[in-house]
Amino acid sequence: MKQPRPESAEPGVRQIEETRLPAIGIRHDFSTVGGRRIGLVTNFSGRRKLLVYDERDPDACQDTVDLDDADVRTLTEVLGAPQVVQKLSDLQQAVAGLTIDWLEIPSTSPFAGKTIGESQIRTRTGASVVALIRDGGEVVPSPTPDDTIGTGDTLVVVGTPQGTLETAKLLGIA
Amino acid sequence: MTIPFAASADATLLVEIGLVLLMLAAAARLADRMELSPIPLYLIAGVILGNVVGDPQAFSDEIIDAGSQIGIVLLLFMLGLEYSGDDLKTTLRSSANPAVFDAVLNFLPGLALGLAIGWDLTAAVLLGGVTYISSSGVIAKLLSDLNRVGNRETPALLGILVMEDLVMALYLPLVTVMIAGDGVGGGIDLILIALSASVFALVVAIRFGPQISSALHHRSDEVLLFTALGVAVVVAGAAEAAQVSAAVGAFLAGIVFSGALAERSGELLAPLRDLFAAIFFTFFGAQIDLAAVPPVLHLAVLLAIVTALTKLATGWYAASRAGVAARGRARAGTALVARGEFSIVIAGIGVSAGVEPQLGPLVAPYVLITALAASIITRWSDQLGDFASSVVRSRSAPREADALIMRGDQ
Repeated sequence: MKQPRPESAEPGVRQIEETRLPAIGIRHDFSTVGGRRIGLVTNFSGRRKLLVYDERDPDACQDTVDLDDADVRTLTEVLGAPQVVQKLSDLQQAVAGLTIDWLEIPSTSPFAGKTIGESQIRTRTGASVVALIRDGGEVVPSPTPDDTIGTGDTLVVVGTPQGTLETAKLLGIA
Repeated sequence: MTIPFAASADATLLVEIGLVLLMLAAAARLADRMELSPIPLYLIAGVILGNVVGDPQAFSDEIIDAGSQIGIVLLLFMLGLEYSGDDLKTTLRSSANPAVFDAVLNFLPGLALGLAIGWDLTAAVLLGGVTYISSSGVIAKLLSDLNRVGNRETPALLGILVMEDLVMALYLPLVTVMIAGDGVGGGIDLILIALSASVFALVVAIRFGPQISSALHHRSDEVLLFTALGVAVVVAGAAEAAQVSAAVGAFLAGIVFSGALAERSGELLAPLRDLFAAIFFTFFGAQIDLAAVPPVLHLAVLLAIVTALTKLATGWYAASRAGVAARGRARAGTALVARGEFSIVIAGIGVSAGVEPQLGPLVAPYVLITALAASIITRWSDQLGDFASSVVRSRSAPREADALIMRGDQ
């Protein structure tokens, strides 16, 4: 009844143990870096129980918390949101003085319809355009100077704080 | 003075039915406060009704009997609903060994005692079944109340309960044939036919369940309610006619229902199941003549003690196979001591067939004692586990003891 989930070979994700509980549901649990065990029981009806295992008696749960769908969404929110911000600030701190910006091109931009080469962003501001996200969602990584900047497209720009600000002004955004 | 708007017989009937229902409400309240499953208290309520309040003959026997029958059907049907084919298959693989241990250790005491006090084989086999099967209902409530659903010994415990329910699919046809044929003399061939029919039906139910379920599914709750109830009762009746026993038929019908159908049917039928099952337990209690209890009370106590120890050993063994330490093994073992709804079903079959007059008076106190005892001792399972591991520590070789200490106390 117990097996480790194969997807846990994902880097950064711990080994998750899966156990069927007949007539109740499924239990998933894993060990934290500190050796504490955390788990989740998912009932067939969808209700969930968060499990925190006891340190002194590792077979028993020190505490169980009932969670409904809203609780799970909230917990995910609380756990998920800071992660994204953390990753970004990690990136910024990794290289001092570096800024990333997502700049959406308005229809009023002087460079809407023009190419990246024509905008001369690198020459004028020192910032680099590392990706172009089309209005429809298509991503163009490492765009060439011949790629066109369209209305509604988003430019992902990397540079100094000053440089990215000037790029925004150049594109008619700031 | 007569009540002007109704014939007095009808009015009395309504008031009496209402009072019984209020009595059940009081029993359920008390059970909630005691953090106990209400099943034992319904039993007590029934005993009080039948002996103290006296004369449930004011009710039509047929109504109560039909209610009890439906109670058994709904109990078993909902049990089948909760199991999926996958559950059963994986449990068979993982818990077959402890299940055999469970069957041998816990069936024999009842069988042996029955034969020893002079009962016929059929009655002794019934008593064996009563001591063998633990109560999923009482145990489920214990697990939920004591927050043990996530514990590592729980899958092993649940595995034993699932296997017991599967064994029931063989056991109940067996006793049905034995009762009808007055013992094994009725024909080994009849027994074998009933057993194979039951196994065949189980396999078919698991195999074709999903297809049948999607065919029966409907978006209207009302349609679903009558479909589920109708199928359960009809299949149970057909099974009874085929000597496979109504209870097994209802269980199999429940296994056929799977997926969304099973979930919704379960929700819709749960209140009906609670009502009719309570009627069944109460009626069983009401049929117990209190005067017949004292002569067999010491036997009930003896049986309770012996089978408590055997269940403790069973749970201990099953949990140890799952790699669980002493406290977890104690938790599993103490919980398994509880007997309840299934034991009453088995005894009820015997009592309504008039197999043995002492059966009811012996089983009722036995179920009460074990259900209450389990609820109490399982709350002391930590102390029990620590005591047991200290005993092992002082006796066994140092290396083995260290391993036990490491797993049990870390």
